Amino acid sequence: MPAISFRNVSKVFAGGRGEIRALDDVSFDIEPGEFFGLLGPNGAGKTTLISILAGLASATGGHVTVLGHDVVSHYAQARRNLGVVPQELVFDPFFSVREALRIQGGYFGVYNNDAWIDELLANLGLADKANANMRQLSGGMKRRVLVAQALVHRPPVIVLDEPTAGVDVELRQTLWQFIARLNKEGHTVLLTTHYLEEAEALCNRIAMLKQGRVVALDRTSALLAGTASTMLRFKLDRPLPTQLLAQSRVTGRIVQITAHDAREVESILATLHAAACEPEDLEIGRADLEDVFLEIMQAEMPQRIPAAQVAH
Amino acid sequence: MSSLGAPPRGARPLVAPAPAETPASVLSGVRTLLYKEVLRFWKVSFQTVAAPVLTAVLYLLIFGHVLEGRVTVFGSVGYTSFLIPGLVMMSVLQNAFANSSSSLIQSKITGNLVFLLVTPLSHWAWFLAYVGASLVRGVVVGAGVMLVTVWFAPLHLAAPGWILLFTVAGAVLMGALGLIAGLWAEKFDQIAAFQNFLIMPMTFLSGVFYSIQSLPPFWQAVSHLNPFFYMIDGFRHGFFGVSDVSPWTSLAVVGCSLVVVCSLCLMLLRRGYKIRH
Repeated sequence: MPAISFRNVSKVFAGGRGEIRALDDVSFDIEPGEFFGLLGPNGAGKTTLISILAGLASATGGHVTVLGHDVVSHYAQARRNLGVVPQELVFDPFFSVREALRIQGGYFGVYNNDAWIDELLANLGLADKANANMRQLSGGMKRRVLVAQALVHRPPVIVLDEPTAGVDVELRQTLWQFIARLNKEGHTVLLTTHYLEEAEALCNRIAMLKQGRVVALDRTSALLAGTASTMLRFKLDRPLPTQLLAQSRVTGRIVQITAHDAREVESILATLHAAACEPEDLEIGRADLEDVFLEIMQAEMPQRIPAAQVAH
Repeated sequence: MSSLGAPPRGARPLVAPAPAETPASVLSGVRTLLYKEVLRFWKVSFQTVAAPVLTAVLYLLIFGHVLEGRVTVFGSVGYTSFLIPGLVMMSVLQNAFANSSSSLIQSKITGNLVFLLVTPLSHWAWFLAYVGASLVRGVVVGAGVMLVTVWFAPLHLAAPGWILLFTVAGAVLMGALGLIAGLWAEKFDQIAAFQNFLIMPMTFLSGVFYSIQSLPPFWQAVSHLNPFFYMIDGFRHGFFGVSDVSPWTSLAVVGCSLVVVCSLCLMLLRRGYKIRH
């Protein structure tokens, strides 16, 4: 039984200027124990999909289940199995960290669990903040409390919606160590993030959404292997020759060009040489997830992955 | 891309699924939300309890000073004695409404309602906990008003059963109405408008400060259309054993209003009106 199953999920928002199709027939499964990444540009529908999973929004069509429990008809059991870290940095200003955690556990029928609360606080670097009021915490600390609140009822399925947006390196490290440990212990993790290196490092499988459709769904290793496998990276102080512009990505002085084989690398270098460009710090490496992501997102029309292909 | 995107083989659930829902876990959820809602107003009790008690005492001092000795009601009841139950019930009603409405709108606007939305709590659990906390706040403030005003005039307790019944019915009704207002409103000033343009006029014009028998016939008839009149009048009957209308009539009107408002509230909660999109 899948940990999470999305079946033909669609969501249409009725806006002032007509309908907006936020999700269009999204189907895929996440198996128990997976560390699954959901990627896509802003507005692709990631948060809408997670909102439907968590019961914050209802789907216009389709079904979503958590460990076999439908999120609409058996919402209570579905939500008991789910821990959601919301994207927005929200908190209840009336309570201390420990009060907030005890209350959150109580909603799920879990109480007298101070040992687990202490473990959560210790693992998230919050041990000395247990009795601090939520208002006194910094943004990063509040983010950690959100993670603790999502885990306080020990859900087997954990959903993290951009948990590292705008947080410092130290928290990202602490958080990923802890989440990776939970995943090793058997928790299923669904992660959305803008940091593609995080997704590449952590997720064993990835779905990419674009304009509400699944445009890629594969193991991370297969995604990396299946696309332009070589990247030419260098720094350049002059404008790039126009014939190379189409296949390259330029960030300030840094230029990245996809190449499929050695012959193509040679030809790119020859073009640069002919245009009197002197590349500095030249390196040839494998494409990373960011390259794959951009390649898929830049494709003209999103091709939908048919539901039949993801059923297993 | 490989065509299936199949998950790794051998992935197994190592973590046990959550235990099934039991009556005890449901009860724990309701109890926790009720506790949280009571703790919320208690932590700011200066504003949520002391302030409304002071307001009621000011009303008593001013109106009592002006009207004591000039007005008697129900034949022999002095004005201050008459006013006290009205002020108590007005405080119960206004604070029951304020508790659920302000808590919900605050959670909606600050976004922390999400903590509740992701829980297994049913619409019944939300209703019982929010309305229960409104009842607690209404009773606490009402008791506070009683406690500080009782020294100003002799206290009659003709039928305590009616007092209890109308306190609970009135507070539950207003707690549910506050919940509806909190669901409907998207900003604080919409709640304030609800309070200032609906709750306030209806309580002030319900006979808190006067017996409606002192009004011209037309305004007496208008007062009879105001459900707040029956809450105050029935409550007051418990003190003096006399009232403008029979307490049974009041009970019938308040009971019907209670059923309508609670049903509407439960229906909106069940639909996730303006909270689940």
